[in-house]
Amino acid sequence: MGGMHGFGPVVTERDEPVFHARWEGVVRAIMQRTNGRYYNLDEFRFAIERMPPDDYLRAGYYERWLHAVETLLVEKSVITREELAQGRMESATPRALAPRASPPDIQPRFRPGDRVATRNIHPKHHTRMPRYARGKHGVIRRVYGPFPLPDTSAGGQATDWETCYAVEFESRELWGAGADKNDRVCVDLWESYLEPEEKR
Amino acid sequence: MSDAHHHHDHDHDHGGHHPEPPSEVEARALALESLLIDKGLITSDEVDRIISAYEHDIGPMIGARVVAHAWADPEYKARLLSDGPAALKELAIDYPASTRLVVVENEPGVHNAIVCTLCSCYPWAVLGLPPTWYKSAPYRSRMVSEPRSVLAEFGLSLTDGVAVNVWDSSSDVRYMVLPERPAGTEEWSEEQLASIVTRDCMIGVAKPRVPAESTTR
Repeated sequence: MGGMHGFGPVVTERDEPVFHARWEGVVRAIMQRTNGRYYNLDEFRFAIERMPPDDYLRAGYYERWLHAVETLLVEKSVITREELAQGRMESATPRALAPRASPPDIQPRFRPGDRVATRNIHPKHHTRMPRYARGKHGVIRRVYGPFPLPDTSAGGQATDWETCYAVEFESRELWGAGADKNDRVCVDLWESYLEPEEKR
Repeated sequence: MSDAHHHHDHDHDHGGHHPEPPSEVEARALALESLLIDKGLITSDEVDRIISAYEHDIGPMIGARVVAHAWADPEYKARLLSDGPAALKELAIDYPASTRLVVVENEPGVHNAIVCTLCSCYPWAVLGLPPTWYKSAPYRSRMVSEPRSVLAEFGLSLTDGVAVNVWDSSSDVRYMVLPERPAGTEEWSEEQLASIVTRDCMIGVAKPRVPAESTTR
């Protein structure tokens, strides 16, 4: 959503409760107990992103979570649509996924201070490069080491690992001359989102 | 607490940004809960325990304790900035291995703030669950492109020359802001210090404020 217009001011709620109703906590607890057992966090996020955009914007936060959990548990055959509709169990639970493998030993391509350009990509699948950061120039600030690549991890297949970096952009590079010249935005980006600046 | 009327006690506009949960959603959630209990995937005890932990045990008081200790002990602060989870462990706080905690420090001339434009990533292990506004479209869309006007809406006006660093939490790194220790707190205990470190200070939309009466002790 970074940089989109038209949503108005930030509305805060005084003395906001942790959960507005018990069902929100139920959804959170269900997600917590099934995430990592039947799906990973990238698949969960992608299931939310797969909601039709108008439904996404209309739905409340935990409504999106509920949608994602229902979708994934059906897709992973943990439950069936019929069971969901009837609220009654028909078949037993399948086995949980094996835990994720530990990260491989990979050498980072970039070092802190390196100037990089982000690739101008527009994939249909899940990705963690925000639209506003595509096709821009920035500087590597931190090297975080190997993280699962969300783009493939969200498909639920074998995990690809890539070095993840904190990449700093000047706000003016992202938003133009209207931005304050002192301001910066730091975004965590995976290695395949990046190229050395001079090759661009 | 689950009373729907609860919402109307607050003086803000729901205006589509924070829709009332329709009862259909609640029914779906409870049906899924009972189905998964039947399947032996969860128990109602587990659900209650998780809800209770977020309501009572996990909250900004954890982060505030860490900040207060970092203010009181510069060597601890250096360790906190270089390895968040290890520094938390020193205070007997277990940071979950599923994400990595990175603490970013406010300094004279540099103000940090956190956002997640892609979803709602938040350092819940140290701050508790995020407030609704953090997860809302206005904050997620505007905090990267016009952080100064968003901060102004929170009552935080930064002087010219102060750089704003916004951290967009797009990976499994979770950012937390270490605010600047305010003047007038030199003699304070860590407990007193922690009392002025609010959730919003550690998100970066506020600064710790010393209550008026305590400056004239």
